[in-house]
Amino acid sequence: MSQRASTAVRAGQGSDPLPGPGAPDGRVRLTLRQRLSRWDAKFSPYLYVSPFFVVFLLVGLFPLAYTAYVSLYEWNLIGGQGDYIGLENYRRVLENPYFLKSVVNTFSIFVLSSIPQIVIALALAGLLNAPLRGRSFWRMGVLVPFVVAPVAVAIIFGNLFGDRYGVFNEMLGWIGVGPIQWHVDRLASHVAIATMVNWRWTGYNALILLAAMQAVPRELYESAALDGAGRIRQFFSVTVPMIRPTLLFVIVTSTIGGLQIFAEPRLFDETMARNGGSDRQFSTVTMLVYDFGWRLRDLGKASATAWLLFLIVVAIALLNYALTRRLTGQGEKR
Amino acid sequence: MALLTASLAACASDDGGSDDGTVELTIATFNEFGYEDLIEEWNADNPDIQVTQKKVGTWDDAKENLYTKLASGSGLSDIEAIEGDAMPAIMAESDAFVDLTDSELDGRWLDWKAEAATNGDGQMIGYATDAGPEGICYRSDLLKKAGMPTERDEVAKLWTTWDDYFAEGEKFVAAVPGTAWYDSSQGTSQAMLNQVANPFESDDNTIDVENPELKEVWEAVTGNVNLSTRLSQWGDDWIASFQNDGFATMACPGWMLGVVEGNAKGVEGWDFADVFPGGGGNWGGSFLTVPSQSEHPEEAKEFAAWITAPEQQVRAFEAIGAFPSQVDALDAPEVLEASNAFFNDAPVGEILASRAEAITVQPYKGPKYSDILQAFQAAVTRVDDGSNEPDESWRTFLSDVEQLG
Repeated sequence: MSQRASTAVRAGQGSDPLPGPGAPDGRVRLTLRQRLSRWDAKFSPYLYVSPFFVVFLLVGLFPLAYTAYVSLYEWNLIGGQGDYIGLENYRRVLENPYFLKSVVNTFSIFVLSSIPQIVIALALAGLLNAPLRGRSFWRMGVLVPFVVAPVAVAIIFGNLFGDRYGVFNEMLGWIGVGPIQWHVDRLASHVAIATMVNWRWTGYNALILLAAMQAVPRELYESAALDGAGRIRQFFSVTVPMIRPTLLFVIVTSTIGGLQIFAEPRLFDETMARNGGSDRQFSTVTMLVYDFGWRLRDLGKASATAWLLFLIVVAIALLNYALTRRLTGQGEKR
Repeated sequence: MALLTASLAACASDDGGSDDGTVELTIATFNEFGYEDLIEEWNADNPDIQVTQKKVGTWDDAKENLYTKLASGSGLSDIEAIEGDAMPAIMAESDAFVDLTDSELDGRWLDWKAEAATNGDGQMIGYATDAGPEGICYRSDLLKKAGMPTERDEVAKLWTTWDDYFAEGEKFVAAVPGTAWYDSSQGTSQAMLNQVANPFESDDNTIDVENPELKEVWEAVTGNVNLSTRLSQWGDDWIASFQNDGFATMACPGWMLGVVEGNAKGVEGWDFADVFPGGGGNWGGSFLTVPSQSEHPEEAKEFAAWITAPEQQVRAFEAIGAFPSQVDALDAPEVLEASNAFFNDAPVGEILASRAEAITVQPYKGPKYSDILQAFQAAVTRVDDGSNEPDESWRTFLSDVEQLG
């Protein structure tokens, strides 16, 4: 509030005509230097923040707008631009049976990955926040999976989740559970892919949550302890509420990442077309974009799909935003 | 933006050549071409044209890379290997490739190979590397377990038709539970497709996937899934099945011999029979092309012409079994007298030459062949892995083909 008020005051000063001698129109004639310094104060802040927006304009907004443009045309990957066809590409995509399937798959994989990921990351951060011997070692340790390239992860997990000769099925066999068709059964394939995603991102999220936990004032724990709260109670009544904004940040970023998942399912695929299983059991929306654009060489349809995905992500992000405002609002009241 | 483009352009020109006048070429291949030693030899003899090879696992991955970079107009290797089935689609994009026509090379290749690389304007777009006459690779130790003949001459008498082949398979899987008869339904269906005159398209490039011949292949393959490993060809489990007695036989074009040997390292009992169900068949065989975006098209053409010469392809055959498509290479003693220790010293050269002679049909492959084939293989896989009943999978195939337009 104070920020906005001071801006208003300054703006008022700038436009107020100050009466003075030698200025028949009632304005003070400023020297060039004065004028420059006034401009400096006015425009410099925008200049300082502009690099981000210029880069965003180039790599964010321009592709977004151009994709929208392409989506309105017949557009072959090699042949280039064709006829203007309006929203025809969108109709074709929405009518394509693989679109709905991919949307459902994307959400299923997203739910299976994001929820366990955040719960485990929270627990892990709580453990790492406790006084441990060799703290740095443990903290760096959880980040190791994040450093490993996704392709390497996919190769390792491909061997673990093999339908026939995979390690997990071998182990399930010991306890008498029949082999699971990891690449064929729709839900099983989602679980396998979510495992890959979780393995990679849980440690990363845990470290972000840990950083937030470190900023929680120690006095709160002391008073909680004085009130007789145990470690678990302290975690849920002090730690979790205090790191709520960070937690929401982690939830939002993992939502955006989760909805755009591509590399893991594609590399997990054993079929030659790599469309996410023979029956598209684990085809995601981004994979469909790739399929339309690069396998079927129809950039118009690919762009329309990309835009539909963008709208879905925006919708979910708005939902998150509403949720964030409500939850952090409550946090302030406390 | 200008800065970005400029720095990208700088990167692109970096790998094209260096300051001392040496031309650096790249050649992109998939699977096994047997070129490693040949490239080393070329580099030693041609200090001013140095060649590096970029390998990827499968053609499908190479194809996506190819189309992506064709579209962006940069990033392709100076020489790109193209799988035979995709040549019609590549020729539809002739503008993006250098015309490699060279009167000196007239008559170097088998007629049907040269035709497959020549577009409507009479330009030769690709130089053929190998051909893919098919025999049957088999595990003699597993056949013995089933009480079947194991000598390659006797095995060759067991099946001349697909019906015989499937019938023998029924006997085998009954006798050796846990081991499939053939490696994959995809491989078997591709072998059968290569004996059909117009599998997916009529001669005027009209798509026709509801023809009786294709239906016959479909019914044979999906009706015999119990004989298959039911694994996706080229997948991790398929590769692992070579080490786990996963199957007893498979359709083997020459180039597949190298694949089998690589995947089945340490496994004994492999052999190669001079027979193929339903007569001869050609599966694959690739071409080398020079994309127009190459900065050194002349040198690239020179290298491509050199490595596809009979003398060099004979050496590639010796390295990995890829059967030459060059007329002069076919009666070269190195080919005819070649035997392969891994396949129980089978006279692979003689067998493949005899298999090549047995080929009577060259299927018509239009520009959509490769895309339709991919959809067909997915349809076969759906039945194989149990995710669809055959009828349901066939309907999906028809709608997939419709999407191809």
